[in-house]
Amino acid sequence: MKAADPNAPLLEATSVTIKFGGLTAVSDFNLIVRPHELIGLIGPNGAGKTTIFNMLTGVYRPTEGEIRIAGVPTVSFKPYQITALGVARTFQNIRLFKDLTVLNNVKIGGHIHYKYSGATAVLHTNHFHEAEAIAEEEAMKLLRIFDLDSRARTSARNLPYGDQRRLEIARALSARPKLLLLDEPAAGLNTGETLALMKKIHEIRDRFGLAVLLIEHNMELVMGICERILVLNYGRTIAQGPPQQIQQDPVVIEAYLGEPAGSEA
Amino acid sequence: MRKWWLKDIVLLIVGLAVLVGANYILQVLPIQGMAYYFRVIILIGISITLAVSLNIINGHAGQFSLGHAGFMAIGAYLSAFVTYFYASPYLEKLPEGLNRLVLQNVFFLGAVLFGGLCAAIAGYLVGLPSLRLRGDYLAIVTLGFGEIIRVIFLNVEKLGGARGLSGVPAWSNFIWVYFFAWMTVLVSMRLIKSSIGRAFLAVREDEIAAEAMGVDTTRYKVQAFVIGSFFAGVAGGLYGHYLAYLNPAMFTFMKSFEVITMVVLGGLGSISGSIVAAIILTFLPEGLRMAKEFLHMNSDPRMVIYSILLIVLMLTRPQGLFGRRELWEILARRKDTVPKETRDQDKGKMNRTSGPSISE
Repeated sequence: MKAADPNAPLLEATSVTIKFGGLTAVSDFNLIVRPHELIGLIGPNGAGKTTIFNMLTGVYRPTEGEIRIAGVPTVSFKPYQITALGVARTFQNIRLFKDLTVLNNVKIGGHIHYKYSGATAVLHTNHFHEAEAIAEEEAMKLLRIFDLDSRARTSARNLPYGDQRRLEIARALSARPKLLLLDEPAAGLNTGETLALMKKIHEIRDRFGLAVLLIEHNMELVMGICERILVLNYGRTIAQGPPQQIQQDPVVIEAYLGEPAGSEA
Repeated sequence: MRKWWLKDIVLLIVGLAVLVGANYILQVLPIQGMAYYFRVIILIGISITLAVSLNIINGHAGQFSLGHAGFMAIGAYLSAFVTYFYASPYLEKLPEGLNRLVLQNVFFLGAVLFGGLCAAIAGYLVGLPSLRLRGDYLAIVTLGFGEIIRVIFLNVEKLGGARGLSGVPAWSNFIWVYFFAWMTVLVSMRLIKSSIGRAFLAVREDEIAAEAMGVDTTRYKVQAFVIGSFFAGVAGGLYGHYLAYLNPAMFTFMKSFEVITMVVLGGLGSISGSIVAAIILTFLPEGLRMAKEFLHMNSDPRMVIYSILLIVLMLTRPQGLFGRRELWEILARRKDTVPKETRDQDKGKMNRTSGPSISE
């Protein structure tokens, strides 16, 4: 594996295209993410947003184009190798480890940082106790940030929906990423929870010095926190720029909003 | 630095003392037909090793393997190969005495570990290509491999072939069997409380999410498979050296199925469940022996009972006796840590339906 280049952008996607059979799901997608940026990815259903996430995280392999994470070309990488380069994600339809405790979910998130050999685990060496203590401490720290510490020993399955969403973010943060990919973090949340989530995303961005790339349908959230927005339609990037500009872009309004709710913008 | 090994050494000594003591007590107990029960107890120990080791693969890592008997066969035959052809003839030249007894047990330990190691290597070779498959496909591939292994031994004349290998030195005993059962349980319990165990569980729960969290799923699946195969091989070695006879027919699909039944009955992923189920299902056929005589049946009703038991279990407790929890967790009845009345607002799902509202 090539060493990460500290001066390279966190993420650099160059003319990324993916075809499923005859369908071009995403074509010629370009994106550069620099440290500490907060970028939104919007577009109607089926525009290819999640497909882009899946390519960036190694779930799908792009048909064409190049993806570099911290300067390392990652097109042929497996998802766990990409996580090791500092990219963590959440999922659109929550994918927690449902039968495990909240605490263990977060600990698994930090797997790459706490892992040790089987002999260490079986013999309970000093290293084991140290690694476990750190894992526990860091996991609890993250749970406190998301107000989930009181439920650390509960099965993730038993958490209410909103908590599950936040637990997924906590789990992703546990991998200590430099870039966090959030796939519809506010899906299914009510207005109050969405506002709280917006604040939280800002807070974790500043606290951990992350860049965040998020897919979201909730315009309030996207326009409220993103510094830059990319709009996708039918796999093509139809606009990008700061929120104000996107809101006034006629192409975006026509393609994505169209309805009276959008035309007043 | 803390002396981490001190506790384990003490544990080992105490454990061995307990085993020796239990062995002595069981042998002098004035119960009629004790020898028979003693035999059942030893077979239970071997079953525990098998069930707990399969539970690592099926219960913890969630990889449905049907080839456990195959790995058991490898351990049984290859450890017997060492003792039958090399260790035993060598020992026979030595004079009787303590020396010989010690040497015999050292050889036996080495042979059993060798058998386990060979089974682990086989597990690695089988696991690497087949663990890319999931669910039913993996089950069928492992089933096939288990049968291949059995058929190979069926055709090795040197190891008895279809006649079986008789005269395997009967060096296995209560202490060895329960020592290894204890080791299997200990290793399994410590693994599951470690980063490796958490990775196993993550793979079981959701492979895609596990992979996204930095877990190399293929590696951990193979690891679980190798560890499980190792202890299956050890159990095989103990089994062969206890019965003093080996036959490929002992390691058919039925044997794998027996072990699977134990794991499923106990609850996939529950170590204590596997132990309890191993005890029940090893004792059951012995009890059924009486039923067989009573009913004047010629065939063994064991498989019928197994099937009925599984059907009843699936209907009443599909998650197994203990589910995914351990016995002590159930006994402690740990409650959810959060008061019930909180967080009603979480159920709201309004935003998605209210549409985009850019102006707010």
